[in-house]
Amino acid sequence: MTPSHLEYLLHLADNPLILGQRLSEWCGHGPVLEEDLALANTALDLLGQSRLLLTRVATLEGKGRDEDQLAFLRGEREFRNWTLVELPNGDFARTVLRNFLFSACQLPLWQGLQRSCDDGLAAIAAKSLKETRYHLRHAADWVVRLGDGTEESHARMQAALAELWPYTAELFAVDPVEQDAAATGLGVASASLQPHWEATVRPLLEEATLAIPARTPFLSKGKLGVHSEHMGHLLAEMQIMQRTYPGTQW
Amino acid sequence: MLSEAQAWRVLAQVPDPEVPVLSVTELGIVREVRAAGGALTVVVTPTYSGCPATEAIEVAIRAALREAGADSIRIETRLAPAWTTDWLAPEAAEKLRAWGIAPPSVPAGAQPIRFVPPAPPCPRCGARQTERLSEFGATACKALYRCRACREPFEYFKPI
Repeated sequence: MTPSHLEYLLHLADNPLILGQRLSEWCGHGPVLEEDLALANTALDLLGQSRLLLTRVATLEGKGRDEDQLAFLRGEREFRNWTLVELPNGDFARTVLRNFLFSACQLPLWQGLQRSCDDGLAAIAAKSLKETRYHLRHAADWVVRLGDGTEESHARMQAALAELWPYTAELFAVDPVEQDAAATGLGVASASLQPHWEATVRPLLEEATLAIPARTPFLSKGKLGVHSEHMGHLLAEMQIMQRTYPGTQW
Repeated sequence: MLSEAQAWRVLAQVPDPEVPVLSVTELGIVREVRAAGGALTVVVTPTYSGCPATEAIEVAIRAALREAGADSIRIETRLAPAWTTDWLAPEAAEKLRAWGIAPPSVPAGAQPIRFVPPAPPCPRCGARQTERLSEFGATACKALYRCRACREPFEYFKPI
């Protein structure tokens, strides 16, 4: 396991960790009880996936770190999540749309990672794939319901799509860490996920009567450790307990 | 000192904390028990990645085995093959139904992305006219349904 490989595994772990953190913010604030539960349970699944992945990194790294230290003591530039997942939740439309765009990429990603040369990662992928199917179904249903809904819900969903779409370019951008992981059989080249993602996303957005924005040159760089202005605030909230009382367990 | 057979019998009495009508063996969480050199190893496969009962189940397994006389207990987590509702014991379906939870009505396999699978029959009155209220119920592993015939809500153990 080279440092580059560990970076790749951290990227895989940080996406569900940060999105799980964002979805947890909905707990107690959902528009209806069923969706409060749905978002909290989705967050729970994601945090569980992140825990498994971070533990895998810690084991392979062999430096005596554990999942908690990796989650709560790394600095902003050491996080490798897509910028998409660190953005504020916004309204319910934006939240479910992000879940849809995210899960539509996680599905082919987990499918590919089942063949990873690392047995631990392959096992986590096989498990996470099953949960992701339910996340995708839940989010997809809501995107259609709200997109092809009332004037208000359609307007909010269309606005959400305009805001989030530019951040999806990063999901398929080529970077050396991923290329190296794919070349050695550890990971999957994200560019190879794009056809599957487009095949899932475009027809559904059309069914939701949404206009798909044109591509612009904007490219976010969260997976390279260069995050948006939102990441610092997110980490401050997420990490405050461990940083205030280092080593505390309860 | 416990034999493997004795250990299995003890574990068959350890209830799942969230669905206490089923034991951890009926849920297919306990995959293997090995007794070697006075030490007992229990291999468990967690259900959902984020299942909050996972640690509670391990604590319960240790306590039950210790009470039955085992002194050296090791719990090993095995992630592959991934847990599936196909591993539920045959008698589990009826126990769930009696408890008011609809058991998985289809084998795990691939769940469709957009189409809602056939609705499970109501565990109370058996009617097929049921509708889904929420993808998630009291726990991540169950969905919330309502019976249109007897009007009662019920939980559905999701195939995975």
